Amino acid sequence: MSDTELEGIVESPWSGGASPFAVNSKKLGMWLFIVSDSLTFSALLVSYAYVRLSTPDWPRPFEIWPAIAKSSFMTFVLLSSSLTMVFAVAAAHKGEIKKAVRYLLATMVCGLAFVLIHATEWYTLIVEEHVTPWSNPWGTPLFGGTFFGLTGLHMLHVTIGVAYLGVIAWGFNKGKWTADHVEVSGLYWHFVDLVWMFIFPMVYLLSVNPK
Amino acid sequence: MSAHGHADVIDGHDVGSTKLFSWVWVWLLLLTALEVFLAYERLEVHLMITILVGLSLIKSALIMSYFMHLRFERLGLFLLLVPAMVFCICMMLIMFFPDSIRLMNLRPQ
Repeated sequence: MSDTELEGIVESPWSGGASPFAVNSKKLGMWLFIVSDSLTFSALLVSYAYVRLSTPDWPRPFEIWPAIAKSSFMTFVLLSSSLTMVFAVAAAHKGEIKKAVRYLLATMVCGLAFVLIHATEWYTLIVEEHVTPWSNPWGTPLFGGTFFGLTGLHMLHVTIGVAYLGVIAWGFNKGKWTADHVEVSGLYWHFVDLVWMFIFPMVYLLSVNPK
Repeated sequence: MSAHGHADVIDGHDVGSTKLFSWVWVWLLLLTALEVFLAYERLEVHLMITILVGLSLIKSALIMSYFMHLRFERLGLFLLLVPAMVFCICMMLIMFFPDSIRLMNLRPQ
């Protein structure tokens, strides 16, 4: 296909043809996955809100120190990882491979830090305070189920994200993949960040000990 | 269209600067700090949840518009993705919230 023919398709009213909405197929696919995944998290958050509203003895166990301070720091780490990811995508599109890979590694380090801090928090809850998905010392057992379900699925997303970025960084460094791959992995990473912007207030800030 | 090699500018449109993205990051941190402050002040729960959901929606709009580049894409892509997603979430809320509030009011006082 000649360049003029291709331009004709892209300039059409629908901006479609070979490339709907003038984005590449990987990006459109990732966006569609993100929409479906956001509905998964919405369903979990809505069911959490449902059981919480309709259960009388819902515990509010988190103290400002250490639980809220720790989860606030985790939010800071995740937001900063999104910023380094944006810089990685920008560097990749400018063809600065070394810089892009360094920013990708910085993003992975932040992601790993998030998972490790989160793991220490889970450890405290499970081992020292005896919270499980089926029981806890404060009130309804549903607290543990919703807490570990929501934060666990999110933690799984971050862990998969770190592995995904690792593969992309390796492939981009070798010249195996293009800047588009980096950009699409960035979309996934920002989505994981976005989900935490709902889990952090709903699960942590609304469970601050009222006393 | 740039499946091969690296393009200087994504599909020929503006994608924002380092300064712009840094400002978005600063705003996200400020909004988060405000949320934590409200929790520290132990606001009344109904007021708290309203403010927190509002702030979270602003934060997710910032992330989607700037970090996820949605503001720099065609309007058609936004119209494909966001309205349907918001509609589905509203449907979940409409189905579940009246019942959870009914159960809440059934509790012995």
